[in-house]
Amino acid sequence: MYRKHYLTILIFVAGIIACNKNVVDEVVTFVNPSYFPKPTYNLENNPISKAKFELGRKLFYDPILSANNTISYGSCHIQTSAFTHHGHTVSHGILDRLGTRNSPAIMNLAWASSFMWDGGIVDLDLQAIAPITNHVEMDDSLPNVLAKLRTHAQYPGLFKNAFGSSDVTGINFLKALSQFMVMCVSNNSKYDSVKRNQASFTTVEIQGYQVFQQKCETCHKEPLFTDYSFRNNGLSISYQNDEGRFLVTNNPVDKYKFKVPSLRNLSYTAPYMHDGRLLTLDAVLDHYTTNVQATQNLDALLQNGITLNAVERTNLLAFLKTLDDKSFLLDKRLSEQ
Amino acid sequence: MLATRLFTKNNQKIFYMNKVLSLVILASFAFFASCKKDSATPEYNTAQNGSISVEFDNIVGTSDLQLNTGSYTNSSNQVYKVTKLKYFVSNFKFNNIDGSVYTVPQDSSYFLIDESDVNRRLAKLKIPEGEYTSVTFTLGVDSLRNTMDISKRTGDLDVTGVATDMYWSWNSGYIFFKLDGTSTAVTTMGGVFQYHTGGFGGYTSATANNLKTITLNLSARGSAKVKASKTLGVNVHLLVDVNKVFTGTNTISLATTSMVHSITLGVPIAANCASIFSHDHTEN
Repeated sequence: MYRKHYLTILIFVAGIIACNKNVVDEVVTFVNPSYFPKPTYNLENNPISKAKFELGRKLFYDPILSANNTISYGSCHIQTSAFTHHGHTVSHGILDRLGTRNSPAIMNLAWASSFMWDGGIVDLDLQAIAPITNHVEMDDSLPNVLAKLRTHAQYPGLFKNAFGSSDVTGINFLKALSQFMVMCVSNNSKYDSVKRNQASFTTVEIQGYQVFQQKCETCHKEPLFTDYSFRNNGLSISYQNDEGRFLVTNNPVDKYKFKVPSLRNLSYTAPYMHDGRLLTLDAVLDHYTTNVQATQNLDALLQNGITLNAVERTNLLAFLKTLDDKSFLLDKRLSEQ
Repeated sequence: MLATRLFTKNNQKIFYMNKVLSLVILASFAFFASCKKDSATPEYNTAQNGSISVEFDNIVGTSDLQLNTGSYTNSSNQVYKVTKLKYFVSNFKFNNIDGSVYTVPQDSSYFLIDESDVNRRLAKLKIPEGEYTSVTFTLGVDSLRNTMDISKRTGDLDVTGVATDMYWSWNSGYIFFKLDGTSTAVTTMGGVFQYHTGGFGGYTSATANNLKTITLNLSARGSAKVKASKTLGVNVHLLVDVNKVFTGTNTISLATTSMVHSITLGVPIAANCASIFSHDHTEN
């Protein structure tokens, strides 16, 4: 009799622990990895909370934010492709209109100093405006989107939960979306495990790491694998004559410069370059070894391209694979619910 | 009205009286009027704030601007119509006759002027009592505010609301001045022209700076006498001449320049915009 009670209590306690575990899994906090720099995003102006993050996530995946309710942010930033638009050279948006650039990854944006390939956006809180208003992306307007949210069955309540007021303001809309994007942190690759002394590289990976440090690291700076600078990496000028950073600064020294992208999750983010013209990693390495074009403002570091022998190339690719973070792609907190 | 009536009466009197008498009457009238004026000189309590508005009355040459319907001719003899005219004015400062300068607190010093909205033609401000002989403001949104957290950009600066079409989402920054219209001189895009200027000097890389500081002397056409007791406040009536957008420092031809959507292309237009404002009168 007592034993039976004992068992019941045990099962009950186990149940509570299990429940607690589920709750713990959903706790939303921003953790800055010890070997990462200080985030550039000002978290004090927008402290992460579960309700705000979840509101941001719902907005991220909701096509109501586009003119004809068909395209969400998630349409062109797919989690299983590290929040890029897998398989698309340049991304298509509303009514299948084509853009001019490849969707950049929504990954580790808390550390980014600017956004978009040309760095035209300077604050993550302002980023979400661009795709909504872009004619080829979501083709809507912020006042119209906010009006749709205000008459929506759920959003006023969700805004109240998150911000204490059911008033759907533009500021809170943008802050919620920033919370979701800030939480898209990828730091569980093998590289990260090695940094945390939880794993070690194979011999090939170590040798590849050395090649990387000699030939790639200046621009693709660890641990985020970009220095956030703008450079002309010697791509031939496209038929669209995309002038990159020049469109933002109007300064001729910025012509044909684009932001150095992170190399994290490289295996999942093909195709490559600002216009997605290179379909494989091999093609990217071929570009740097044999195809660099001496166009206006070609980066000083690439005047002679990059030399890689066959062994170096194999080793480098092995190292680059250690930057893949499968857990980021599978993180349920970041998925459409 | 009253003045006209008095004048008419005086005329009638002059008709019947001899010149000397009329002069005496006139002189004494002038004396009393001047006495009255002296006794009415307001004493200002600088600890009190009074209301002042700066009115932006958009015109073309000598005509009132009529959106969509009015047809105008610029200095290059090009005929055009205006479909939209919007601009930001900010950072108001007033020069007191005593030499001091009052700067309006920045949080309440941003105004979006919109020709299509009768409620968006005035910059309404509270400033300490006093007589002010000049006003200074910025055409545009200063670099500091342009890069502030979005929670500091409410009201007229709300890029998700009223300022949605006064903001470059792809190149973070406010559009300072927007003049859209049509012209027979424009042979592309169905004759549409769009002049959008912006650019505060750049955030991470330097860009051109199209902010313009405008100072207008008010003394010739009426200084602003601000008193808390004036229930209607004081209105400084400015004229804003659209035709001057095309001329001044640079001659802008609609035939060669119809689409301006970037910082550098906007530089010559912004230079002209610095001179489109003039003081017409002050309603004290």
